[in-house]
Amino acid sequence: MSAELASDARSAQRAGLRAGAKTGALRSRLGALAGVLPGVLGRAALYVALPVALLAAWQAAFALGYIRPILLPPPTRVGKAFVDLAASGDLFRHLGVSLLRVLEGFAIAALVGLPLGIGIGLSRTLDRLTDLIIQLTKPIPPIAWIPLAILWFGIGEAGKVYIIFLGAIFPILVNTIDGIRQTDHRHVELARVLEVTRRRFILQVVLPGALPNIMTGLRVGLMVAWICVVAAELIAASSGLGYLIMDARQMSQTDQVLVGMITIGAMGKLLDVVLRAAERRLITWKTTFSGS
Amino acid sequence: MVATAARKAGADRAASLRIGPLSKTFTLKTGPLRTETVQALGDIRLDVPGGSFVSIVGSSGCGKSTLLRIIAGLETSYDGSVTLDGRPIGGPGLDRGVIFQEHRLLPWLTVEQNIAFGLKTLPRAEVARRVREHLELVGLEGFAKAHPHQLSGGMAQRVAIARALVNQPRVLLLDEPFGALDALTRIQMQQEILRIWEAQRTTMILVTHDIDEAVFLGDEVVVMSSRPGTIRKRLPVGLPRPRDRSSPDFIALRKEIHREFFTASELPFAYEI
Ligand SMILES: Nc1ncnc2c1ncn2[C@@H]1O[C@H](COP(=O)(O)OP(=O)(O)OP(=O)(O)O)[C@@H](O)[C@H]1O
Ligand SMILES: [Mg+2]
Repeated sequence: MSAELASDARSAQRAGLRAGAKTGALRSRLGALAGVLPGVLGRAALYVALPVALLAAWQAAFALGYIRPILLPPPTRVGKAFVDLAASGDLFRHLGVSLLRVLEGFAIAALVGLPLGIGIGLSRTLDRLTDLIIQLTKPIPPIAWIPLAILWFGIGEAGKVYIIFLGAIFPILVNTIDGIRQTDHRHVELARVLEVTRRRFILQVVLPGALPNIMTGLRVGLMVAWICVVAAELIAASSGLGYLIMDARQMSQTDQVLVGMITIGAMGKLLDVVLRAAERRLITWKTTFSGS
Repeated sequence: MVATAARKAGADRAASLRIGPLSKTFTLKTGPLRTETVQALGDIRLDVPGGSFVSIVGSSGCGKSTLLRIIAGLETSYDGSVTLDGRPIGGPGLDRGVIFQEHRLLPWLTVEQNIAFGLKTLPRAEVARRVREHLELVGLEGFAKAHPHQLSGGMAQRVAIARALVNQPRVLLLDEPFGALDALTRIQMQQEILRIWEAQRTTMILVTHDIDEAVFLGDEVVVMSSRPGTIRKRLPVGLPRPRDRSSPDFIALRKEIHREFFTASELPFAYEI
């Protein structure tokens, strides 16, 4: 690994030097780039090292005849299935359907969960009123609601959006309440001393302080929503990534099953990246430990 | 300029404080059915004339913060009376400003937003004017848009001072405001507080561990003893300002206060408790 990093660094530097020799003006710029590049490349290499190693081992196991392709097709075959599904447009159609369902369910969960969580966090009466219901419904896995959802909504879109909503709302709700309850008592005292209005207290003390927790709730909620859509589609759907997987399994096309699974993983990662970026833009004031 | 105008405005605004007899008992729940009581303050009597500067020193746990919190209105259950210009204190109010030991700035607000946070609702231009004026007062004109994590400890505490002053309180309560600062910054901040006090003539009550600081700033130094917290001694500081920390009178006074805490043989080198 370190040898790889070092050789990355050297080749990048060589490239920088060679290019710099051509034109004097570009020289310093490229020199600077060559200084940064090895670090960037090194980190990128570290980031993908483990998945790449795993893929290599998987392919090798196939080449050596350790695994039967019907149980686990090799990466090359999965890659080919991916290209085929992408080229025919099926993959993106199913992905789009699933994504739309997630965004609908998640948006409703956020629209209900955020105001409700803020209300419960601020009002002890509302907390007492809703606590038992929340505590009792929270442990029920959204998947357990599928039979009821089918009864109530049929196998149309509404039932799936309902399942996603149920999955996403609890992380949002619970984290929002937690965030508000963790308001620093020293800031509460400060607000009392300065006699700030309740409106200002909520907008400038409580909500900004709760924002990190709220963002965590949204991120977890979105992840659960994404898990729920696939679960709902596995059981009752005629489109979406869950359906794609189920359909492929019935045709014994294991490679397509894997394409569906990998797409789910990649999309989940992408959604998290988007929300994390939003979080970084919203919370610039926080300086926390990010690993050493 | 700003200073003299504010001084005129402040001179008749400074409030006098009459404390006592005042005692305070905390009730602690030590078990399901057991409670224990701690007497934090016992029979405190203290008059603070409007516009004066009183330093309070005392060992840890003797009730200094409790006393300030009662005056601030954060602690509302107590026995006895505390009046501000004759009116009993029943809760927090903008006539009293508080500077806590830690700056307590809101990390998500900029410096100017933090200062405006304490300001009652006013037209936007007026808010901007007052914030600018107080940024100047504490010498942080260039940092209006900075966030607290971009400031040094001393700068953050200066913002906290500006925030406490922006509503023009009639009494400023300072609870070990410079305790967390290094010695050099602390001396700088003491001079700053003195400058502000001379400009605004707000009544100041300063709690400190630092005897040097107490003597340098106060018109009077109040020495408290613990369990329960009572006033052991009151020493007027008759020295003209600016005070010279190395003058014989200054040192003599410092020694006298020190003897309240330590016997002569254990007088340490640095006068801090
Ligand atoms: N909220 C509280 N509940 C119970 N006891 C308290 C409470 N606040 C203070 N006390 C007790 O009251 C006494 C005085 O506390 P206080 O904080 O006023 O001391 P202090 O003089 O400010 O000390 P320090 O110099 O260390 O800040 C202490 O014995 C403390 O244990
Ligand atoms: Mg204290």
